[in-house]
Amino acid sequence: MPPTQPSAVRASTSGATLIDALLSASAAGIIELLSPNPPGWGGTLLVGLLHSIEIALGATCLGLLIGTGGAYGKLYGGPVVRDLLAVYTTIVRAVPELVLILLLYYAGTDLINQALTAMGYQRVDISGLAAGIAVLGFVQGAYSTEVIRGAILAIPQGQIEAARAYGMSPGLLLRRITLPAMLPFAIPGLANLWLIATKDTALLAVVGFYELALATRQAAGVTKAYFTFFFAAGVLYLLLSLFSNLIIGRVEAWSRRGMPSLKEAR
Amino acid sequence: MANEAAIINAVARTSLWLQPHRIVLILIALGLVLSAAFFMRWDWLPQYYEMGLIGIWRSLWILAVTCVLGFLLAVPLGLAQATGSFWFAAPAKVFCTVIRGTPLLIQLWLLYYGLGSLFPQYPWIRESWMWPYLRQAWPYGVLALTLSFAGYEGEVMRGAFAGVPKGQLEAARAFGMSRWKTFRRIWLPQAIYRALPTLTGETVLQLKSTPLVATISVIDIFAVSSKVRQDTYLTYEPLLLLALIYMTITGILVFAFSRIEARIPNKIG
Repeated sequence: MPPTQPSAVRASTSGATLIDALLSASAAGIIELLSPNPPGWGGTLLVGLLHSIEIALGATCLGLLIGTGGAYGKLYGGPVVRDLLAVYTTIVRAVPELVLILLLYYAGTDLINQALTAMGYQRVDISGLAAGIAVLGFVQGAYSTEVIRGAILAIPQGQIEAARAYGMSPGLLLRRITLPAMLPFAIPGLANLWLIATKDTALLAVVGFYELALATRQAAGVTKAYFTFFFAAGVLYLLLSLFSNLIIGRVEAWSRRGMPSLKEAR
Repeated sequence: MANEAAIINAVARTSLWLQPHRIVLILIALGLVLSAAFFMRWDWLPQYYEMGLIGIWRSLWILAVTCVLGFLLAVPLGLAQATGSFWFAAPAKVFCTVIRGTPLLIQLWLLYYGLGSLFPQYPWIRESWMWPYLRQAWPYGVLALTLSFAGYEGEVMRGAFAGVPKGQLEAARAFGMSRWKTFRRIWLPQAIYRALPTLTGETVLQLKSTPLVATISVIDIFAVSSKVRQDTYLTYEPLLLLALIYMTITGILVFAFSRIEARIPNKIG
């Protein structure tokens, strides 16, 4: 037996000080495990977080595009467009995201590759980032369609009629009147969607996209320090949410500029 | 007479709904379903039929248990935030923020892998009566989903409790009701009426969260479909059927809640 045995190991043989020993041993280990340099896994987690934020940003932007188009289709489109959009939003909101992600991922890559081979090109591997953004964006689009539709309906009708009376083209009307005027009504719902998007990126880990949840799972699996790593990942997600809330508050105040404050309105 | 009028009304509504373009869309949808039924492989169905039913039952069971337990937990959480002193309100607020700010998947894995890997180190846990349960996966899944539902619904209940007009509570006090009776007869029922529309949405969201328990080896309907996909190398058929099953359950849930909502008095406050 070596003369200088680590205190944690020696203490663990006696039952009384077991918890103390474990706590001190894990406290010493946690810092090493989470350090950003290679023996620690902190860097891996941060890269994963970056991927998560990238996917969430891309998915939200794509969702906003689909949502604006969808809301316009639902409000001003013909009967067929309206019914098809109703089917889209209903189905996407009724099926679990996990199932949708699997279905869209397989179906999407399959369709693209079949189209490419039909046109005489080579099959391609679709990057995880692009696929993740496309899949989550499609899901987000259904929710933002409803949010933006409600926000457009909340705009006083006279503003849109006035813009039409000035002879604005539909594109100009959208850019100058509809989008800015609906923003204060849409921001709370869209902010909620952004928070959902950041959390939904974790689901992509199940399909095997490299982001924070999967990075955490790898780190935890290698080091066996499951609690430490999942706790650390939870803290990272929480910080992202809290930071987003801060930004959202600013954006909401900016979008409501010139309007009476909510407190006075009551 | 009233009956006839109702029938005429219903016919009018149906003809309004069933416009020509809708008939075409329905025919196209039928064509898609029929071609899926005939051109895709469904020969695995008899073999996995029983397993699927057990999976559906387990998903529904998890949904029901976690919603009921989560709601029971959400009531004190909402109450503490709506009225409690700082020492009650702050922890409830922190709990709701943490649950709503982190993905359910991470919460689930933290409980199952994290706590689950810590427990065996302590002999007194291994010798306790809880150990046979703690070695299985489903208690962790139920716990994580319950806490998640409580976190989201606690925030809703806070608004619902705060939204009950003060006059109602003052009237109850004037009738000489004790605080507990006021809460039980006036405050809680009215808060639940207010929260009911959002409760529908939360329950559907909870249903859509249940497949996550498949990632910690609970065999629900999602896990059954994954097993079919692994066994038969089919990609789409099990997933499409799974989506159909979830849509059916969602439809039933929304219908049931709308029936319940129709029963409550709608003039509140």
